[in-house]
Amino acid sequence: MQKAQFHQGVSPYLFVAPQVLIILVFFIWPAGQAIYQSFLLEDAFGLHSEFVGFLNYRDIFSDPEYLDTAVFTLLFAATVTFFSLTIALLLAVQANSVIRGAGSYKTLLMWAYAIAPPAAGLMGNLMFSPLIGDFYALINASGIDFNHHQNGSDAIFVIVLIAVWKQISINFIFFLSGLQGISNSVTEAARIDCPSTIKRFWTITFPLLAPTTFFLLVINTTYAFFDTFGIIDVTTRGGPGASTNTLIYKVYKDGFLGADLGSSSAQSVILMFLVLALTVFQFRFIEKKVHY
Amino acid sequence: MLGKITKSAMATAIMVSTLVSGAYAATEITLWHAMSGRNGEMVSEIADRFNKSQDQYQLKTLNKGGYEDTMTAGIAAFRAKQAPDIIQIFDAGSATIINAKGAVYPVQSLMEDNDIVFDSEDYIPGVRNFYADSQGKMIGLPFNSSTPLLYYNKEAMKAAGITQPPKTWEEFEIMAPKLKSAGYTAMAQSHSAWIFTENFHSRHNLPMATDNNGFDSTDVKILYNNDQLKMHWSKVKQWLDNKYYGYYGRAWGDNQDAFVQKKVAMWLGSSGSFGNLRKTADFDFGTTYLPYWQSITSSPKSTFIGGGALFSFSGHSKDRYKGAAEFYKFLTKPEIQLLWHKETGYVPITNAAYDLAKKTGYYKEAPDAEIGILQLSQETGDWSKGYRLGYYVQIRESLYKNYEQILSGDVSVDSAFNSIERESNKLLARFNKTYQ
Repeated sequence: MQKAQFHQGVSPYLFVAPQVLIILVFFIWPAGQAIYQSFLLEDAFGLHSEFVGFLNYRDIFSDPEYLDTAVFTLLFAATVTFFSLTIALLLAVQANSVIRGAGSYKTLLMWAYAIAPPAAGLMGNLMFSPLIGDFYALINASGIDFNHHQNGSDAIFVIVLIAVWKQISINFIFFLSGLQGISNSVTEAARIDCPSTIKRFWTITFPLLAPTTFFLLVINTTYAFFDTFGIIDVTTRGGPGASTNTLIYKVYKDGFLGADLGSSSAQSVILMFLVLALTVFQFRFIEKKVHY
Repeated sequence: MLGKITKSAMATAIMVSTLVSGAYAATEITLWHAMSGRNGEMVSEIADRFNKSQDQYQLKTLNKGGYEDTMTAGIAAFRAKQAPDIIQIFDAGSATIINAKGAVYPVQSLMEDNDIVFDSEDYIPGVRNFYADSQGKMIGLPFNSSTPLLYYNKEAMKAAGITQPPKTWEEFEIMAPKLKSAGYTAMAQSHSAWIFTENFHSRHNLPMATDNNGFDSTDVKILYNNDQLKMHWSKVKQWLDNKYYGYYGRAWGDNQDAFVQKKVAMWLGSSGSFGNLRKTADFDFGTTYLPYWQSITSSPKSTFIGGGALFSFSGHSKDRYKGAAEFYKFLTKPEIQLLWHKETGYVPITNAAYDLAKKTGYYKEAPDAEIGILQLSQETGDWSKGYRLGYYVQIRESLYKNYEQILSGDVSVDSAFNSIERESNKLLARFNKTYQ
């Protein structure tokens, strides 16, 4: 038998070139810039700069507020990821078993995906506004003293709620298509062997959904770290106090608003490594449990 | 066929562009600003009038978002060597641009180099020093200048049996329970840093920072951890607990809305809010000076300005600088200043413009419009000229954060001010290291 041989000319390189170029221009170059800038003290206009080694990093790690922010970000990401995955899975399983009007259920559940995070944040902010918010009135009428402009935990509740609500749709779409990808013969065979729906779900359906779940876990973690920026910016701006400050929001505040490029770049680098480490962890340890 | 069309289209395009450039041999200069709504319209209007007033220069204005967005856009453009000729920078950002040696062409030198008479004494006192260096040389041209004022709902005051708005915080404390019984939260304000911190110091003649409020050097320390300011914030917390004070979050508009919707009887905002309030509030309201504590001073001093100034970036051609100078000259004309003052509520920045406003009888028809400038013209103290503090945007952030923690009861006033002092001094030291 003869092995098929391809003559390796320049053409394969040409095919990957656009992709490589995009990565170089939009990822490697800015990331390199951030790393370079993180070792400098430079005025905003780039007129004078001084190499200061790890000074920016030392300043950041000696700041108790930064550590609080990091802890909050991790907890926030875990909460948002957990709730947006579980609720979406529950809805997908239910929608998958609906027979009548399945199409309308699915369409309605997918809708929120079309909403940009800042728009979702704006709506949430209005609903909880102490001046005109219906949810604000409702919660306070039920005897709870709720005000997300004054109370930190109320503010966290509001942004988690909006972030989860916004993310459920996309998770729902993936879970639903994952469920529909499970072949009927498997589920029918399971039905004969095991009468309990719940047990069937955990032993048959859920393991078969594992690749989807794993993919969504990675996507949702990065969502919670980065894309919730828009929600925070229009609702709490990191407040009250510093209760809803996430790492990415702090990068924005110090760099974009405050013009402290050195500190902001160092924070970006730390954040980049944190998310990188988290993703590597997910691939190394969780993916092992996934069967494709 | 297609080729023919393209060719003839190109020919036409070339012809048209030659014609256009022939007609406008004018030098184009650009201005980036942060004004939106009515204020933004007025910027365009003034540019339009400038363009019609002469044919050598064509001024193009562009809104770049809010204050911070505009500054960041300017920074990015300057680094890419694409800087606009003129940029509007807000009060808290002025240290960043003024201390970056070589970023700007000081307005006073720009005017003098282009043979335009410039005398800083022409500007009203509260405005003159804020964007000047410690020798009094003006670096930026004050543009939109406002000052904090007290707005009060006349109906609410009447319902509570109050005849005069409070002059002092002691008077306020007597009125607040009456307003509460009449169904109102007595007060809200829109900018804890600007109104309840910076202007607090100016009004009570207290220093904000060492080295002449930061005008003399960048090696400075903050002086916010003082008994007077701590006393004030202990009171604010008490007022909040007694429901005399409403806090509706960091957003300026949310606190203003509480006043417009008659939830609060008095609101501390900006003199620049006047025009907008007149449109949105469906009740009769009045304006008065920022209250002070009788227990701290019996002779309150003037407040200083907030808002922004226009700066000219360095690195442009002589011809374009001449254009910028001509525009500054046009902008500071009394009639243009009066137009800006009337339409936006920002104060007129020159004595001549203020005199013109008085002469034309504007304050007879709208006496409230004069309160801002009257407050700025009050007796000045040693600490009324403003401040020049680096990374001040982040210092304000620290203020907001710690004040919110006081209000929520998470930390005591003392420990909040210790944090403010520690965080601010750390930022100031970083700034000094970066910009020295």
